[in-house]
Amino acid sequence: MSQSVATAPAHELHAHEAGGFISTYVFSQDHKMIGKQFLTMALLMIILGGGMALMVRWELAWPETPVPLMHWVPEPYMYDGVIPPEFYNMLFTMHATIMIFFVVMPVLVGCFGNFLIPLMIGARDMAFPVINMLSFWVAVVASIIMLSGFFVQGGHAAAGWTSYAPLAAKPEFTGVGMGQNLWIISLIVLGVSSLLGSINYITTIINMRAPGMTFFRMPLVIWALFITAILLLLALPVLTAALAMLLFDRTAGTHFFIVEGGGEPILWQHLFWFFGHPEVYILILPAMGIASDLLAVFARKPIFGYRAMAYSMMSIAFLSWIVWGHHMFQSGMNPTLGTAFMTSTMVIAVPSAIKTFNWLGTLWRGDIHFEVPMLHALAFVSMFVIGGLSGIYMAATPVDIFIHDTYFIVAHIHYVVFGGSIFAMFGAIHYWFPKMFGRMMNDTLGKIHFWGTFIFFNGTFFPMHILGIGGHMRRIYNPTQYEFLLPLQHWNVFITISALLLGATQLIYAVNILWSLFAGKKAEQNPWHANTLEWEAPTPPPHGNFEHIPTVYRGPYEYNVPGLKEDWLPQARALGPQEVPAH
Amino acid sequence: MLPWLPENVSSYGGDVDALFRLIFWITTIVFVLVQTTLIAFLVLYRHRPGRKVTYTHGNNTLEIAWTIAPSIILVILALMSRTVWNEIRGTMPPVDYEVAVMAKQFNWDFVYPGPDGQFNTADDLKLENDLNVPVDKVIRVRLSSRDVIHSFFVPVFRLKQDTLPGREINVWFKATKPGHYEIPCAELCGFGHSGMKGWLTVRSQADYDHWVQEKWPAKSAQADAAPPSSKTEEG
Repeated sequence: MSQSVATAPAHELHAHEAGGFISTYVFSQDHKMIGKQFLTMALLMIILGGGMALMVRWELAWPETPVPLMHWVPEPYMYDGVIPPEFYNMLFTMHATIMIFFVVMPVLVGCFGNFLIPLMIGARDMAFPVINMLSFWVAVVASIIMLSGFFVQGGHAAAGWTSYAPLAAKPEFTGVGMGQNLWIISLIVLGVSSLLGSINYITTIINMRAPGMTFFRMPLVIWALFITAILLLLALPVLTAALAMLLFDRTAGTHFFIVEGGGEPILWQHLFWFFGHPEVYILILPAMGIASDLLAVFARKPIFGYRAMAYSMMSIAFLSWIVWGHHMFQSGMNPTLGTAFMTSTMVIAVPSAIKTFNWLGTLWRGDIHFEVPMLHALAFVSMFVIGGLSGIYMAATPVDIFIHDTYFIVAHIHYVVFGGSIFAMFGAIHYWFPKMFGRMMNDTLGKIHFWGTFIFFNGTFFPMHILGIGGHMRRIYNPTQYEFLLPLQHWNVFITISALLLGATQLIYAVNILWSLFAGKKAEQNPWHANTLEWEAPTPPPHGNFEHIPTVYRGPYEYNVPGLKEDWLPQARALGPQEVPAH
Repeated sequence: MLPWLPENVSSYGGDVDALFRLIFWITTIVFVLVQTTLIAFLVLYRHRPGRKVTYTHGNNTLEIAWTIAPSIILVILALMSRTVWNEIRGTMPPVDYEVAVMAKQFNWDFVYPGPDGQFNTADDLKLENDLNVPVDKVIRVRLSSRDVIHSFFVPVFRLKQDTLPGREINVWFKATKPGHYEIPCAELCGFGHSGMKGWLTVRSQADYDHWVQEKWPAKSAQADAAPPSSKTEEG
């Protein structure tokens, strides 16, 4: 097992003394504080993003009736609580924008990327702490720009989170002026934040692993974040370029996407989805890594097929660059190209299947502890299977003709991003909360929250498959305008009631977070008896993380090693000659 | 889940539905197998004091098996999809009638070439949100848009195609049953996207001929009108 080892002793000398309030909590260069800052930002944004989703749901179930508690929103946004179509388009556009760019990415990449990478590879901090700090504050600027769009004349962006040209390229098509510009500028700025973060992650993982921490001894969550960072680094410039072109079309008289000046509307879709499909994997890969780690810890068993897991993530990342056309089968793209993209899309399903089977293999003959993080990790696996399988319908080009732009797609993306990423997020927060804040989250509240979320999540999103099969289009304001959808309307009511209950369940979560933060049980150093390096550090870890940089002797998943008394064997524990395991 | 599929009344919709059904059964079987295995493992291997854990890092034979098995299924699905896709989007069968669609915020303008079969002639007829076609005939639809991207969606035909400004995209269908069906717009096109819909009337040949008589009373007189314009060429 012993291999040559990359280490970075240079950072031993980095100054890690305690600073004042501002340098500790505001302009902190400590990766753990920056991670917590990203978490705070995302948990605030999820309230807004979720609230907007519930308003969208209200409109779909009971069209053009006043939304309760929303009478205070002024005209022309809402009319005495009634959502007009312009505002409805704004709601679903901003729901997706906020959930993708300001919730899932900041939590999974911003928070856990920052918090876990140095701790789990045994480094004192990120390679570039100042750049790391900048990455967060640039994201704050982007958030402020994004939120300010709600207060400008004409309202916020309303062309969907995909902002297809020419709808988004000319203000007269949506009636939205400044709002769409701010949306573009915000995402360009946010792209800078992600780039700064990803450069940091990649450099840190390559250069700063502790002695003995070879690439193939890294936890899978670190592999996932590493691969995600590479995807971010390569995908975001494409989005930034496309957004700049869109902004120029809107404000500077260019015609990249406007036909009258010789532009090409489909070019936007190619650029957007060339970014957009890797982006989908940016949202799900860290979740896969988190789930892998949690499954091994709580099944008390080595991960099944560690290398297959790492290689399948690499192949997903590679293939994610050649599948973007599957978003465009009905766009007017050459049908032959459609067949090519269908084939690559079918291929990318294979590594996801490999991962699923390996997760099952990890559970096989384990010793499964149903702690709250484990429940979320298991839900992740179960829901990701549904999201993965429903993707096959879309990959098959003829079937996609029918279900494209219907609620089937909405169901699919929510099974992947909510059923996948958000469940992993809940699991990760509960699991690493003691390391982050020194206190445990409440178990009972955690279980109630899990079961409520799991049941109402399925109640909300599973029937969307049915709507989609019935032909229910996405992004429509009032389904009762269509005779062929009338027999399905009761499903919309059912979904909305589930969604409201799903939203209400999250109040339990808010209570749990706030209560545990201040009054939770004090955490021991390694409450889950896990092997990885973050549990070697004091709880919560000080600036600089480790008293002594640990030396790594083995892979991260050595649970229930035969011949040992304890059922875990930390990566950093040197074994005496008399306790060498039997294998 | 398939009872919710709208009725199919196009010549190729049956093939789409057959593929849909095949994928439905494959994914349902995989779904049941995986979820059952998951739940079985959770019950069988739940924590008990003194539980014996099988210490293993994996099995390469299994890895190969569960790489190859889904690959084979997916390749077969891709090949089957390609056949149906080519039927719908490949070479068009001989065309009996043509109609042009100019989409705009928030209506479908249907332009009929009239008895001379040529567009941009004096006998062209424009009807808003009203498409009339005969049953059992191949209809070519020339799709374009005046402003933003719309999507021409006929659920009962399993037909959907985005319409683009500055480009003409041709699709075809052959209706198999007379009736009155909705044509919603499936691509977000602005604040009036919801409710942007037209009606498709599939008529029996006799009924269709009658409708033509009604719309073009002076049918024969117009037949040799203006020459075809260059604008009708495919873009």
